[in-house]
Amino acid sequence: MRNVFADELYKHAIKNKKIYILVSDISPAGNMVSFQKKYPYRFLNVGVSEQTMIGMCAGLSIEGMKPFAYTISTFALYRPFEMVRNDICYQNLPVTIVGMGAGTIYSTLGGTHLTQEDISIARSIPNMSIIAPCDPTELKDAINYCCTKSKSPVYLRIGKSGEKSFTKNCKNKWKFGKIRKISSGNDICFLTFGPIVKKAFDLKDNLKAQNISTEIYSCHTLKPFDYNGLRKIFKKFKLIVIIEDHSKIGGLNSIVKTHAYENRYNGKIISYSLKDEFIHCYGSQDDLLEKHNISNKKIYQNIIGKIK
Amino acid sequence: MNKSLKAKIRCKKYRKKILEMSQSVSALHIGGSFSSVEIVDCIYNRFKKNKDIFVLSKGHAGILQYVILNDLGVIKSKDLKNYQKKNGFLGVHPDYGSPGIMASTGSLGHGLAMVAGMALASKNKKKYFYVLLSDGELQEGSVWESALTISSLKLNNIIAIVDNNNLQTSSWTTDTHPTLYPIDKKFKSFGWETAKCNGHSSDDIYNKVKNRSLKKPFALIAKTIKGYPVSFMKNVPKWHYRAPNKIEYLKAIKEINNL
Repeated sequence: MRNVFADELYKHAIKNKKIYILVSDISPAGNMVSFQKKYPYRFLNVGVSEQTMIGMCAGLSIEGMKPFAYTISTFALYRPFEMVRNDICYQNLPVTIVGMGAGTIYSTLGGTHLTQEDISIARSIPNMSIIAPCDPTELKDAINYCCTKSKSPVYLRIGKSGEKSFTKNCKNKWKFGKIRKISSGNDICFLTFGPIVKKAFDLKDNLKAQNISTEIYSCHTLKPFDYNGLRKIFKKFKLIVIIEDHSKIGGLNSIVKTHAYENRYNGKIISYSLKDEFIHCYGSQDDLLEKHNISNKKIYQNIIGKIK
Repeated sequence: MNKSLKAKIRCKKYRKKILEMSQSVSALHIGGSFSSVEIVDCIYNRFKKNKDIFVLSKGHAGILQYVILNDLGVIKSKDLKNYQKKNGFLGVHPDYGSPGIMASTGSLGHGLAMVAGMALASKNKKKYFYVLLSDGELQEGSVWESALTISSLKLNNIIAIVDNNNLQTSSWTTDTHPTLYPIDKKFKSFGWETAKCNGHSSDDIYNKVKNRSLKKPFALIAKTIKGYPVSFMKNVPKWHYRAPNKIEYLKAIKEINNL
């Protein structure tokens, strides 16, 4: 995703001279080097200075520019949190804060490099929108939105590298603020966002063998959330499965369950979210997720148990 | 009338207005506002051209900025009257979007980075960016991140003025962090051009800024007295927050009139 982010932003930056990107000591991905060479004043590495990166983006935006702040998600949101809150959100400036490698992606680096509560934190800041594309194709649409339409702060939560595209041929267009059906089915529904969507597609194939038909939605905009779209899902399905690479507190699990309660949804909702615990283990991302009970095997067995 | 005398008259007027407002609302940060009067007056009335930008990074002196913006006709008198009140939009700390306010401040250590972003957006244009920091604010690490970034990027159109009144909320800044001093050498080692001045002399502030080389970002360390010039407020920590009672108010007005 980071290569697609760099390439796509560069394309926009060639056309729109107001686009700036400030990065904080991060290895250049994709076309970032070309961007930096061609527009040294619009591509800046401020070094290990995240507070300054965010504050400068606010200043650029006040002066009419379209800035992006880009680094690993924990350093984009947590380290400079007060600058994100006061300088960007309180002043309601159209700055995009890109959190790369979000969730448990940096699975071997330890808890200091994981963001299991970023959506929860970002959601609670007034004026902040949150977009978490499920694949590189959705990321392109999200960047286009941030470059051309967004008029307020956005936290853009992205993966890192090697993500497969699931939505290339999707006939439902990506639209900011809308839940997007990315695969059709009738029996159960998967709600998910970000690269963990891969699990939903793997499970869809497994469940098909048992004659269980699965519909998959990308909830790419976590804020503002598409509650109308969610109510339609409540009407259609009696079993909803949430899969997220995020804490059970404040993410998709909280959003869906709160709304289900308010709307007296009488179906079942099963959530696979991260526990409210710091992660002290290492290995592959799947190894980490498994420790938090998020594995294809467990989800599959649980669904079969619920349906049969 | 020469410019120096005009500045003196304006500064008297601004201080009296702040004292007048202190009789209807509390929590005014009079001490820290009074130490900055000559500096902010000089920025607005002697330096600043229309396109130039001023950010009050020490946002707790917001009342001073409002009083001056009111004098310049940017903030209406009826809005100033509603300062801190239910139907007003001017609070203790400046809010972006209020007339003449370019950035929301109040939490210290934010102004310098925002000004750096503004200056970056205007690179190579003849536009100057003034930012006022307090010396206590220099204890924020973010200030030094930004100081480093500004000099590395050669944002030489930034003029940072430090209100060096040596006091923070309840203690001497020199006691909390004696090694922060001398401040000018800190900025110099971060790649800035620096100068020191008497922060209560409009001419000294003016000349030091005007004589800068423009080859580096410029930091002016303005030595001031918190609460200046009121005898019982000067260097007394409680005037960081306290609003004067009627007797104190009259005494302060008298002292300012007799200057």
